[in-house]
Parts: sequence; C-alpha cells; structure tokens
Amino acid sequence: MSSPEQWTHPEPGAGPAATAAEPTPEQVIAGLRATTEGGADLTQLLTPEGERVASARFDPYVTDIDAEALRNLYRDMVLVRRADRESNAMQRQGQLGIWVPLLGQEAAQIGSGRALRPSDMAFPSYREHGVAWTRGVDFRELIGIFRCSDHGGWDFQHHGFHPYTIVIGNQVLNATGYAMGQKFEGKVGDDNGEATIVYFGDGATSQGDVHEGFVWSAVYDAPVVFFCQNNQWAISEPTERQSRLPLYQRARGYGFPGIRVDGNDVLACLAVTRWALDECRHGNGPVLIEAFTYRMDAHTTTDDPTRYRLSDELEEWKLKDPIERVRAHLARGGGADQEFFDKIDAEADSFAAELRDFVFNMPDPPPERIFENVYAEPSPVLEAQRREYLSYLEGFAGSEH
Amino acid sequence: MAAPVKSKVDGAAGAVQNLTIGKAINLALRSAMEADDKVIILGEDVGKLGGVFRITDGLQKDFGEQRVLDTPLAESGIIGTAVGLAVRGFRPVCEIQFEGFIFPGFDQIVSQVAKLHYRTQGRVKVPIVIRVPFGGGIGAVEHHSESPESLFAHVAGLKVVSCSNAVDAYWMTRQAIESDDPVLLFEPKRLYHSGNLRTEVDTTAKPDPLHVSRVVRPGDAATLVAYGPSVKVCLDAATAAQEEGTSLEVIDLRTLSPLDLNPVFESVRRTGRLIAVSEAPSESSLTSEIAMRVQQECFYSLEAPVLRVTGFDTPYPPAKLEEDYLPDLDRVLHTVDRSLAW
Repeated sequence: MSSPEQWTHPEPGAGPAATAAEPTPEQVIAGLRATTEGGADLTQLLTPEGERVASARFDPYVTDIDAEALRNLYRDMVLVRRADRESNAMQRQGQLGIWVPLLGQEAAQIGSGRALRPSDMAFPSYREHGVAWTRGVDFRELIGIFRCSDHGGWDFQHHGFHPYTIVIGNQVLNATGYAMGQKFEGKVGDDNGEATIVYFGDGATSQGDVHEGFVWSAVYDAPVVFFCQNNQWAISEPTERQSRLPLYQRARGYGFPGIRVDGNDVLACLAVTRWALDECRHGNGPVLIEAFTYRMDAHTTTDDPTRYRLSDELEEWKLKDPIERVRAHLARGGGADQEFFDKIDAEADSFAAELRDFVFNMPDPPPERIFENVYAEPSPVLEAQRREYLSYLEGFAGSEH
Repeated sequence: MAAPVKSKVDGAAGAVQNLTIGKAINLALRSAMEADDKVIILGEDVGKLGGVFRITDGLQKDFGEQRVLDTPLAESGIIGTAVGLAVRGFRPVCEIQFEGFIFPGFDQIVSQVAKLHYRTQGRVKVPIVIRVPFGGGIGAVEHHSESPESLFAHVAGLKVVSCSNAVDAYWMTRQAIESDDPVLLFEPKRLYHSGNLRTEVDTTAKPDPLHVSRVVRPGDAATLVAYGPSVKVCLDAATAAQEEGTSLEVIDLRTLSPLDLNPVFESVRRTGRLIAVSEAPSESSLTSEIAMRVQQECFYSLEAPVLRVTGFDTPYPPAKLEEDYLPDLDRVLHTVDRSLAW
C-alpha cells in the first residue's frame, strides 16, 4: 500500500464546498464560484501559459515525452476537439439525435487514455470520445450511438475499451468487478501487471454505485484507477451540490490515495495516470484521480447552460485551455513551428470532413435489428414476435408505407 | 488459489443421492465449480456461514476465498461487480440473501445485466446467475417473504426460472450456470429443507431443457398451473380432489421467462379450464400473462374464464396473517369448484 503520509488530509472548514480555495473578493463580486483554481494540492506540469513546472514526484513518469511525443498529444487533442465540434454541428443539422460534447476535457481524456497499455481495460461513461480515440475506437464506431442507429457495438476486447454506460455510476462497479477478475487471475504484482481505469464525473460521485465501487475495490485491493473528471457541472448542478469536500479527498475515507490533477494539463494527466496505473499493476490499487477541468459546452445538445452559469466562469476557464498551453509550450521551446500547426489543422479538417461524409451516408438499421441479440440463446417467445412483425411488414412490400 | 479438491460429487454416494432442495442446490454449485474454475460465488455471508440458508455450506472451505466471496453488504455491488467479472470471462453466481433485498441491485440488473448483450450486438456475454430465495410461509418479518419474480420476467434480456423439487433444483442450477444468458433462479425458500420433499437426484441422467414447462400430474377435469412453492400446493390440492373423484392436471411452469406455455395450451384444449396459482400479487403479474396468452390460444376450448389464486394486491402482511395471504389447498379447491361450476 502507499504510505498514508502521502495522502492528503482533509481539513474541515478549510474552504467552501468542493473547492480548495476561498473565492477572492473580486471573484465574489463577479459572482464566480471558486471553481477556477484547483487549490494548493493541484498537480500541474504545464501552466496555462505553457510553462513547464518541475515535479520531483511526477517528472519520472514523463521522461519519454520529448517534443515529438508532445506533438502527438497535441495532434490527439486537436483531432478529437475538431471531431467533437463537427458532431455538435451535425446534431444541429439534424444528422445526429444528440451529441455529448467533450470540449474542454481533451487533456484529461487524452492524457489518461495515452497512459494505458493495450492489456489494460477502460470503462467509459458516455463523454469519453477522447479516451475512445486513444484506444483505437474511431469516432465512426461510436457515432451510431448518437445517430441513434445502434447502442455502440465496437470490439471492446480488442480495443480494451468497454461499451459506453449511460446510467450514471453503473460502470464504476462493473470496472471494479473487472479489476477483481484481473487480480483473481494473478495478473497484478509487477511492472507487467494489468490495470483497469474507469471514468465518471463529479455528479456520479453522489451515486451509491460509486461509493460501493470504492468500498469493494478497497476490500479486494482491485487494480482500478477511478478517474473522476470533475468538470464542475452535473448538467445544471454545481459541484457543491455533490460534496462539501474536494472530491479527491474522499479517497482517504475509503483507505486509498486520492490526488487532484490539473485536468487541462495533458502532461500532468499522463504522468499522474501512469503513476496510478503503476500502483495498480503492482497490487497497490485502487487510486482515485480527480481531474480538475471544465465542461466548456453544454451537458448535451439538449441542454442550455446559459440558464444556470455565468459567462465570466467560462471566460476564466478559456484562459486555461488544454490545447493552447501545449501549443504555446511547443512554439516557445522550438518543439513545433507554424508549418506543423497548419498541418495538424488541415488534418483535422479532413478528419472532420470524413466523419461528416460517413454520418450523412449512414444507413438506418433494418427492422429485424430490434430482435437481434436480446439473448445469447434464442427465446421462442421472442422468435415468434419477430416472425409475426416481419410478416406484417411484408404485407406492405411494394407500397409506400 | 485453493488447492484442487477431491471431488465429492461423484464420490462414495454415487450418482444418485437422496436430497432436499437446499442440498441439491449446494451439490449443483459444487459440481459446477469443479467442472469450471471460472464459476465463482458472490454474496453476503456465503463463506464461513454457508449462507443464511446454508445453501453454500462447505464451498468456501473447499474452493477458497477467491471462488466463494463473502462480499461487503451491498446488493448493487454484488451484481455490479459480477457484471465486470463476467466481462472478464468469469461465470459469477450471485446469492441475494432474501428477495426483499434485491432492489438495491435492481438498477444493475435492469440497466446492465439485461442489456449489455443487446447493447453490444452480442459482443459482451453476461453469463451471470442470480439466486433469489423467495416466497412466504416461514413466519418472517417484513421483506423476507415476497414474490417479486414478475418484475424480472418483465425485463427483456433476463431469463427467469423457478424450481419446485430437488431434481429441478440441481439441474436448473447447473443449466443456469452453463447458460450464456443471465438467469435469475427463484428458489422456494420454505421448501429448502423439507424432509418430505427429499428426492433421488441422479446427477448423470439427462435433464429436461431449462426453459420448458412440464406436466407433473395428469388429469382431465381442469388444469392447474403453478411454479416454485405453489406447485406443491397444487399437487396437494389435486390429491385431495382425486379423493372426491375430480381429476386435476398440474403443470409446473419451471421457466418464467421465456414462458413455455405450450404444455398449458395442450392441457387447456383437453380440460377447458385453467387455474393459475402464485403467491405473488395478481395485478400485472405472471398469472396475468398466462391468462392473456391462454385466452388468445385456446379461445374456443375454454369452458370457463381463466381463474387464479394469488397473493393479494397488498404489501406482504405481517406473518401472523400470512396463512390468509398465501394460496393454500382450500383456496385452490374453492377456485376449482368455481371453474367447474361455470
């Protein structure tokens, strides 16, 4: 187990609910909640201005990240953001039934996703399109969910990326069980150990399933990284509606380490997740990571954030953009030039165009799909229903039904 | 991992053993765990204690703590982690302590267990068994005597079965574990240890398929259909009716989802009368579904409307009143008389 001394001790009354910093008088006047600063415990390797911050604890986890690796992370984030914006637009154009934007959370998703190995398993909720990308699940494979033509049928085992889970918090228990399986099979204990990561939001931390996942993983030493993207909002409800305590500090109550990372810092997310996965590989799991980030867009395309949050808050967070800081760092340090940035932008454009073309040409599934794969072994009752409905449809063959 | 254990299944007792329902399930769990080391048991108090009904007695001792898990006290946790274990390739058998405590796990059952296979177009299999002791008649406090099986039969993606005797208890447990679909096994708790239901169980004989109903007593005056603990009530009623010269056919439904009503249709076409018996409340229940389907299939054969003997549409009453609440021999015979008088 990790040494308890490394863990953060909550100090009751140290600050307003769910934050680690008192709002300044200016923030109070501006009506801002104290959510724009992660507080003293925030792990950060790259400032919003693109300055590299040294960290004795986490630098060892990113020694391999040279300029080329950083350019790749930059490319990941730009492509994912571009596909996200394109999908948002396609929903507005009636091509998608709904879209769940990840705008602003690219670093949390790419950084943590790139920390995973092929043998690891990731359990997403429904906003983890960036993590999907790092696991080789193309936007075209998951867009059917939002086109409402399927529920998501990618090869989860091949990708190490479990299906999306829409019910809030369910996947945290499922991931815990999966990690228990890894442990029971003897797949943890050294550098080659396996691990599981599970994604959920700040709202999910109020769910019983998340609490139960924390309890179970602690009891069974399950190799699972709980990756909470605290994007400050659960639809219209702020974090203080979920907790009086900064979320990462909850881990202590369950007996495992919790850490808050700058969720808009791709380098820090990569380093901290690698560390947490390492803990799990060696049998010291679980670990809770709170990626302190912001949902720059709506909860989904059906949502209207202007009804419940202030534009000042959005403006504050724009200054912390996860992509801009990498771009600044690369440009300033000579790690990339304008030609590179232009090339990535052009790639993003064609990537989005391909996605658009794919979506516009997506066929609707045939009616018999309704009846397929309800069971592994056929049910005669359902078979009869299927036959009856399909023969009913045949009656319309040739007509303009 | 526990050391390999010497089989107690095909040991000195041989393939045929005289067993209660409880012992038959215990033997089935043991056999399944010996046959496949991916079979694991999760539940509250299932280890050292052997479960509150002792159904898992001795299993943790022989298979170890990684195959028989004394879990934290959380039903959503039991089901939710079983889903993850199943995704990983295990075949989890979850014990819910009493049916009245299944509801914290209802979300996981409905949202994940039932739908993962469909969601992923068959990529994810969920071979989970959820064992649920159910039904009344044990003089218990609230939440320990209910019959919520219709709630689960209503959920697409789940399979639901119930045993009424030791032979079925053994084989249904084995078959449920072998099924690649999630199966809820509703076990008649008040019959677990009934000595007079001891039956010879042949663990080598070829069993009936899991999802078929079966005529357990032939007759021609009227048909009784029941499942779980009510089958014995119907058989006793048929014995009593026979003494008065009325021959009743009794069908053990066995499978609650998918329903296999073909034996019921055949029977009703011969007898013209059907009485469905269940401890569950009647409104929107399995007995409602049976009545609907029988009138659809046997419209011209029916001599009387389909009748039923069920619990009332109330919460389960304090146990001092359960004899009034539960279908018993007299209520069944009274309803048979009403049917025959039509």
